[in-house]
Amino acid sequence: MVLGVAAVLAIALPLVGVFAQSGGPASGPAELCPQCPVSFRTPSTLAPASTETAQTLGLFNFIMVIATVIFVLVEGLLIFAVFRYRNRRPEQALQIHGNTKLEIAWTAMPAIILAVLLGFTLRTMSDIKALPTGKVINVTTVGHQWWWEFQYPDLKITTANELVVPFGSAIEVAVQSEDVEHGFWTPELFGKVDAVPGYVTRLKFTPTITGTFGGQCTQFCGTQHAQMRFSVRVVAEGEFQAWAANEQQPAIAAAGDAQAGEDYLFNNSESECKTCHTINGSATMIGIKGPDLTHLANRSFIAGGILANTPENLKAWLEDPQAMKLGTLMALKKPLDEQTINNIVAYLTTLK
Amino acid sequence: MATAALPITRKSGLAEALDWLTTVDHKKIGIMYLFLTFFFFIVGGVEALLVRTQLIAPNLKLLNPDLYNEMFTMHGTTMIFLVVVPIFAGFANYLVPLQIGARDMAFPRLNALSFWLLFFGGMVMYSSFFFIDPATGRAQIPNAGWTSYPPLTTSQYNPGSNIDFWILGLHLLGMSSILGAINFIVTIINMRAPGMKLTDVPMFVWSMFITSAMVVFSTPMLSVAISLLLADRHFGTNFFIPAQGGDPLLWQNLFWFYSHPAVYIMVVPAMGIVSEVLPVFSRKPLFGYDFIAYSSVGIAVLGFSVWAHHMFQVGSSLGVQTFFAAVSMVIAVPTGVKIFNWIATLIGGALDFRAPMLFAIGFIAMFTIGGLSGVMLAAVPVNWQVHDTYFVVAHLHYVLFGGSVFGFFAGFYYWIPKMAGWKLQKGWGVLHFWLMFIGFNLTFFPMHISGLLGMPRRIYTYASGQGWDVWNAISTVGAYFIAASVLVFIINFVISAIKREPAGADPWGGATLEWATSSPPPAYNFAKIPAVLGRDPLWKAEEAGLIHTEGEKPHAH
Repeated sequence: MVLGVAAVLAIALPLVGVFAQSGGPASGPAELCPQCPVSFRTPSTLAPASTETAQTLGLFNFIMVIATVIFVLVEGLLIFAVFRYRNRRPEQALQIHGNTKLEIAWTAMPAIILAVLLGFTLRTMSDIKALPTGKVINVTTVGHQWWWEFQYPDLKITTANELVVPFGSAIEVAVQSEDVEHGFWTPELFGKVDAVPGYVTRLKFTPTITGTFGGQCTQFCGTQHAQMRFSVRVVAEGEFQAWAANEQQPAIAAAGDAQAGEDYLFNNSESECKTCHTINGSATMIGIKGPDLTHLANRSFIAGGILANTPENLKAWLEDPQAMKLGTLMALKKPLDEQTINNIVAYLTTLK
Repeated sequence: MATAALPITRKSGLAEALDWLTTVDHKKIGIMYLFLTFFFFIVGGVEALLVRTQLIAPNLKLLNPDLYNEMFTMHGTTMIFLVVVPIFAGFANYLVPLQIGARDMAFPRLNALSFWLLFFGGMVMYSSFFFIDPATGRAQIPNAGWTSYPPLTTSQYNPGSNIDFWILGLHLLGMSSILGAINFIVTIINMRAPGMKLTDVPMFVWSMFITSAMVVFSTPMLSVAISLLLADRHFGTNFFIPAQGGDPLLWQNLFWFYSHPAVYIMVVPAMGIVSEVLPVFSRKPLFGYDFIAYSSVGIAVLGFSVWAHHMFQVGSSLGVQTFFAAVSMVIAVPTGVKIFNWIATLIGGALDFRAPMLFAIGFIAMFTIGGLSGVMLAAVPVNWQVHDTYFVVAHLHYVLFGGSVFGFFAGFYYWIPKMAGWKLQKGWGVLHFWLMFIGFNLTFFPMHISGLLGMPRRIYTYASGQGWDVWNAISTVGAYFIAASVLVFIINFVISAIKREPAGADPWGGATLEWATSSPPPAYNFAKIPAVLGRDPLWKAEEAGLIHTEGEKPHAH
């Protein structure tokens, strides 16, 4: 009994903590560790922000109630037996071998409970996978070691690390991988689906509130699996339209200090950047191995969703990507000098 | 070490060592299995402590990402293939012939081969720590999880020899397992003492019989999978490489077809040990012997039909996911049957809470929790949320540690007196149990919570401020409690080995035939093959006045 109450409290109290903590954008002690991976607010399965995760939580709560009852019953019986039958003389032990009626009862009861559970499970599965009835936004996500690429095929947008979607639509995601198996998950918005090389897997989610939600890769994919993060920003329809329209534009032409950075990236024959990165509007920056940078300045995070998008972090990343994310495939053959880095950062911060 | 009840001559050190190295005696082989697997338990435990220490706080840099990934890989690989799977083969080697009244296993030399394949399999795996890759300057330790999913493990993404060490080691370990299983099956079918029907064998023997059948049918699939991976890595094939028409999901299906029965291979023998210990320490027969026996068969058969519940997130059709969800839930029924029968064994008994009993009761308590989280994982939409998170890590440790590890410690405390001839210290045993029980729950219960709060598994660090910090800190503290408890066990063992208080033939009042011979048994086990009157043969023989041994005993009806 005591154990049962303790167990229920152990589940309930963190829920209180979770709800107290949710709301508002990411915060972490950035002052203490400016180049540490930023925190998203608690990416909790217990704080659903979509129809589908709410349905899942309903199923989970139902099972949790049944499991708690069974837990209290079984552990309670065990504790009862331990206390009631200690300190007895051996002759007092009942020499019984079994009881067929009891066997039938404790086989049938769990079977019935599980049948009910299975029914609810199947109902929830079909609810979640039901075809959407309203507006649909199609997104393709491609997993790379160790960052997420997002394409909007209908809108002709390619971006990375941050998925922006409108409130009021269902979002259908086609999940793919460029290299190894990854896992695509944002606990508050959708259950995970793996990005399996050679396959296109699919998920759908319908946000029920606006906000920024953290996601992370869930299938072990090598050295920096832990830092393959991304965020999903659910915004009002109007804001989404404005964002999409901007994303469709090529990069704003640079002026002033940023001009030198743009010049280096687009025109310098020694620059390695163009082998992996795209900036729309440039004839030379057309690489596809790394994240698209066209509207980089509008994103909250860089480097696979781990660093806040600040000039300081951009500079640190360009100085030594391996130090920020050991093993990243952005390995510069020749380190960049400080002036070049400053120019590039000045340019990148104009890419709105 | 004394090998006979009455040693006539003492061998020289070298002769003694050679004797052990060349022995085909099942008792010596069993003891070597137990020492070797316990050694790997320590190694795997150190790997776990490294992992947990790195995770005690966010953004720590104690282990670099590659080393961390190698450590969690070796922790899982070691604990599964070098500890829990073979440790019960060790117990079975020692006990099965004794419990069925035989003089040795059916194939003594095959038995020795099984042990040495285990030994060399472990050595091959761990030799990876000493082979430096000139390209990276790092040792080529397996680094892709105990599940080694391609394409991450193909030569394109894993160009060093890390995965090759894993594959070659596993080939040897798989062979060890299969050969041992064949030996157990033949021994149990052919060599039982007169009067012992197959339906009357001790529950540990029955568990090993069922487990061995699972090994024989499942392990070859692992051998196939790793052979195909080796071919993809080195011989230009494309079984798992999509660009050339291969399929990463093929690996997952082959791998899990073995690895799901593997978890039952790891837990069914522990359940057999619990079924041995509870009656003896309750002073009454096992409740529902037939139903416990049938439930083991049910678990074994159903266990071959659930493998894709490890793959609910790969985008299979709803029909496929429905099938595997349904069967995964069904498997909870025979498991529940066991739990209820065990509790019914306790009820009405005269309970003796020495160490074997404490661990057996701990098993029941912890396995119940693991079983409940398992049912949650079978609910597919919940699985889509908590798969690949710490919720699964919690579940698997509740069943494999709370289950199998508690089970083998119950076995150690119960049978070391028989194997060594001396008793373990009672106080240290009780301290070990409570430290381990508290440490275990501190370590793994919070993982249910951090998983629900979104923490994926296999990550070398995590951001602060996501609600995960406190649960990770508690888990790490718990891990150190567990380490302390294992130290307590080792101290107990050493003190007891020095003190050598004679245990006698039957210190617990046992029901099965191993207690009818001296501790340790003579090389030939029994001077006369005993005639067996049915289940709980020793109790029945005592009741019939045929034998007398020391130790309190209930009256078997």
